Amino acid sequence: MVPVSSPHDDAPAAPPSGAPLLELTGFSKSFAGFKALDQVELTLRAGEVHALLGENGAGKSTLIKCMTGVVHRDAGRLSLDGVDIAPRSAEEAVKAGIATVYQEVNLAPNLSVAQNLFLGRQPTRFGLVREGEMRRRARELLAAFDLDLDVAAPLESYSVAVQHIVAIARAVDQSARVLILDEPTASLDAHEVEILFAVLRKLKARGIGIVFVTHFLDQVYAICERITVLRNGRLAGSATTAELPRLDLVRMMLGRELAQATASAAHAPEAARDVAGGRAAAFATFENYGKAGYVAPFDLALRPGHVVGLAGLLGSGRTETTRLVFGAAHADSGTATVDGARVALTSPAEALHLGFGYCPEERKTEGIVAELTVRENIVLALQARRGVTRPLSRREQDEIAARFIRLLDIRPPDPERPIGLLSGGNQQKALLARWLATEPRLLILDEPTRGIDVGAHAEIIALIRRLCAEGMALLVVSSELEEIVTYADEVIVLRDRAHVARLTGEDITVPGILAAIAEADPVQPPPAAAGRAA
Amino acid sequence: MSLRLPRIGTSQVVALLAILAINWVVSPQFFDIRLQDGRLFGSLIDVLNRGAPVAILSLGMVLVIAMRGIDLSVGAVMAICGAIAASLADSHSLPVVLAAALGAGLACGLWNGFLVAVLGIQPIVATLILMVAGRGIAQLITEGRIVTFTSPELAFLGGGSVLGLPTPIVITLALLALTLLIVRGTALGLLIEATGGNARAAALAGVGTRLITLAVYAWCGLCAAIAGVVAAADILGADANNAGLWLELDAILAVVIGGTSLFGGRFSLVLAVIGALIIQAMNTGILLSGFPPETNLVVKAVVVLAVLLAQSPRLKGSLAVLGSSLFGRRA
Amino acid sequence: MNAAGRNSLNRLLPVAATTAVFLLGFLICSLTFPNFASLRVVMNLFTDNAFLGIVAVGMTFVIISGGIDLSVGSVIGFTTVFLAIAIERWGVPPLVAFALVLVICALFGAAMGAAIEYFELPPFIVTLAGMFLARGASFLMSTESIPITADLYSHLADHALRLPGGARLTVPAMIMILVVIGGMVLLHLTRFGANVYALGGSRVSTALMGVNVTRTTILIYMLSAGLAGLSGIVFSLYTSSGYSLSGVGVELDAIAAVVIGGTLLSGGYGFVFGTFVGVLIQGLIQTYISFDGSLSSWWAKIATGLLLFAFIGFQQATLRLARRSRRHATGGAHA
Repeated sequence: MVPVSSPHDDAPAAPPSGAPLLELTGFSKSFAGFKALDQVELTLRAGEVHALLGENGAGKSTLIKCMTGVVHRDAGRLSLDGVDIAPRSAEEAVKAGIATVYQEVNLAPNLSVAQNLFLGRQPTRFGLVREGEMRRRARELLAAFDLDLDVAAPLESYSVAVQHIVAIARAVDQSARVLILDEPTASLDAHEVEILFAVLRKLKARGIGIVFVTHFLDQVYAICERITVLRNGRLAGSATTAELPRLDLVRMMLGRELAQATASAAHAPEAARDVAGGRAAAFATFENYGKAGYVAPFDLALRPGHVVGLAGLLGSGRTETTRLVFGAAHADSGTATVDGARVALTSPAEALHLGFGYCPEERKTEGIVAELTVRENIVLALQARRGVTRPLSRREQDEIAARFIRLLDIRPPDPERPIGLLSGGNQQKALLARWLATEPRLLILDEPTRGIDVGAHAEIIALIRRLCAEGMALLVVSSELEEIVTYADEVIVLRDRAHVARLTGEDITVPGILAAIAEADPVQPPPAAAGRAA
Repeated sequence: MSLRLPRIGTSQVVALLAILAINWVVSPQFFDIRLQDGRLFGSLIDVLNRGAPVAILSLGMVLVIAMRGIDLSVGAVMAICGAIAASLADSHSLPVVLAAALGAGLACGLWNGFLVAVLGIQPIVATLILMVAGRGIAQLITEGRIVTFTSPELAFLGGGSVLGLPTPIVITLALLALTLLIVRGTALGLLIEATGGNARAAALAGVGTRLITLAVYAWCGLCAAIAGVVAAADILGADANNAGLWLELDAILAVVIGGTSLFGGRFSLVLAVIGALIIQAMNTGILLSGFPPETNLVVKAVVVLAVLLAQSPRLKGSLAVLGSSLFGRRA
Repeated sequence: MNAAGRNSLNRLLPVAATTAVFLLGFLICSLTFPNFASLRVVMNLFTDNAFLGIVAVGMTFVIISGGIDLSVGSVIGFTTVFLAIAIERWGVPPLVAFALVLVICALFGAAMGAAIEYFELPPFIVTLAGMFLARGASFLMSTESIPITADLYSHLADHALRLPGGARLTVPAMIMILVVIGGMVLLHLTRFGANVYALGGSRVSTALMGVNVTRTTILIYMLSAGLAGLSGIVFSLYTSSGYSLSGVGVELDAIAAVVIGGTLLSGGYGFVFGTFVGVLIQGLIQTYISFDGSLSSWWAKIATGLLLFAFIGFQQATLRLARRSRRHATGGAHA
């Protein structure tokens, strides 16, 4: 390996391209038998922005944590400038030259910009912070990024974009050679993204290598030289941006080889469904329903025995759509009707009484109540609907729990076990049971098969089909396109927090969905540095 | 409704029995109970009788803590309600007196609940307001004096007896039964545990968490009022300065000893009452043993530390590892 | 930049409001009582509230860091008893006794801070245990009030800076002023002070920024307990005695002073100066009541409660407004 002449911060010339700055090989990490990372490798060159892509659970965050020493890898080599390093904490990683800026800016929002830049290393005299000197240096530091702020003002008075740049400036000033940006643009608007990118270009010119995690493909093509894609903890591929067209990238991320996808896209014929004689009347409809800055207004009709799938990349507005439908977020435009009557979906309790059910994606933080038993978790929604004064007797609870444990094959089949001790798949089944116990007319499932083993996976798909056949309306979010095509009667594709395509019948194929996600018209190049639509 | 003890309750019962046994060793007459003028007397009865106010407070506090909240104002609310009861006792009939005192407690609880559930203020901050102002309000009612009364009906609530048992004990037991009925006889207990365990999940499951929060603080205020009336009836008067002073801390301690985590979730009413009895049994034991009563606070501090360490997330983790390696896996 | 400037103003607003409340109160008192508006009354206000002012400065650090310290009242009680016994019974020279008790208190605070850090326990309950322990220890030493007759005490009690109008700047008042100034310097001008704010702003971020969170937390509780010890020394000077029941409920007064002074109880925001004014407001209420003569002391508690509610409500409203405006804020200053 050729040692790289280490480019000084002030060096104006672009560093020699092609020489690896950071190299990691054979990274593996298991959590309780689950392989979060399996033989992953990544090579970062100086002055390069390197996109790290993948869906939820692909292993991006584990990889970053392993690189920065927050999590200890089971195996693998990490070398910076050809020298092996093994940081054991974020602090050590910073000392070695690897700094990370997270999506939730890890600075103190209440402190001034200057204090944030220099916390722990403020210039002092006789133990007192030299405020004037610190501010001067802060202004100098930010001026390098064309940022002219009142550095005495608290950080929180600035936009998230500025906060990100402050965090980057702090990281870079601590002699960072490698900068890891974990979804820095998730909450920025187009204009802010442009400001951030201007900063990244300056850093490139200084020879800093940047690992850029995002789920906005436009941004990948606007700023990144190279792309590495992870899928299910494995390296799905790595290529230069120029070599990897958008459609291929989406395919790499969602893990579908075209031939394989087409083969499995045998869509269940419409006639097989119990909806002969045309479409059933809609149970719930949403017209022009939306919330500014959350999801653009959309139309949606949910019919008995009909599955609507929501497809799109992470952050495209799938989860947000389900939250609006369930009343967990409040729409500021449009109308909702149930059985033809207008309804105001102001809270989940309201939705529950209308016959809606909702399994959120974040099982641990929003789904299960970990210390309560499986039985208690299963009866929770039904009990909430019946109200405080009409408790389910213990016998009724036992019966309901036993029935669903049997029906869904929840293991171990012990209703009195705290649900937190169950595996992810069984927790998911118990959450499904929670809603099935309420006999909902509409069931909303957000990534129902994420992070669960193959067996449970298949069972949940079978269950979705059965529920549909029984006449329930379903709204399902899934990154598993192969799955969606097998059960969906209608697929809505989202991009940049808007519903951009609606596929029905014969059009529901994996390539069709992929094309819609990657933008229907790949001939037209994306506008440079376009952020997401406001 | 289920009255069975939770699986984890044995350690508290064992602790109570151990303290009682120690009391018996230092004072052999500890378990002697005699019947005099139709009322039971003896150290054991004393423990139950004196423990009643904290036990009653803990019945409200346990629900608040299970919801991940805390109520610092119960001592001050006791003072307010005791003052109201004592001031009205000789001029009004008992139902009027009780209605006024309990109504005031309920109003205080609703105020706290309003601040927490509607305005979204942290519980410790919200209830601090009434903790500070409440004692002033109580003194306003008593006009700074120690108000005494002679009403035998009210005095009965503190010093009388029912079937030989001192009234405070009977009231505590009745309130325990009532709370069990309300909380475990309805779905309230499950919904409280779900909300305290994971508020977001509970809200997404359709639980009306805001209303439950309001109700729980209101109930806590009501319990404080009952404790205040019993305490006033016991001393035939109301001392706004000292009634219920620091009892909020004892009540919190009782709940924590009773195994309810300060981080919310699972709770046990019976064990909270046992926690209150543990505190009182220690007090009585120290008195009986001839140690200066001042030792009490030190002992209490040690108990808090012990319970804290037992609940500490970090220590629990390492103990669990230790336990499983020593005793093999346990369910 | 405008937005930032407005925000700087916003954070000064609570302190400004507190100061305005104090000035308004002082004006009302002056108009009501003819002799009120004098340097003497102000100096007495300082002397009478010196112990509270000292302990409230420590509480300000604790609360800004996102914690709470319930033990300070008991530490004051412990200190007075310890001093009385050390000086009167053991014959320890007062200055040595002062040094000794300050070390004991600081160690006690360090132990609480360490318990909070290492066992990941809520400060509320740890300092509650500390409260029991310190009060219990003082009870164990003596339940009686012990007069302190050492020469230094009578000397210090007489010693005062004479000011015009018969006003006297007493030793307790001087100590308080020094502590307030020292607290302001420490909180606003040192690295430690910045770390205290950072802790209250975001614990996780502070640790990620490389600040030694454990050390900072221990130092904060050491400071609070140490200042409580100093407050106990001042209290014993003020009363020339040691009594195990002294300082009961002072933690509440201190917390109230901090909150009225504009510090957010959830941490991250506040000023030592605000706390100082908060203490003065509480003292002013007491002074008003004693001047009035017909009013009873309980009005002080009710008034304090009302002020608490007003300030907490005010904070809640500004927090919500800030959150809302931040959501709509875009851009920021850039070239």
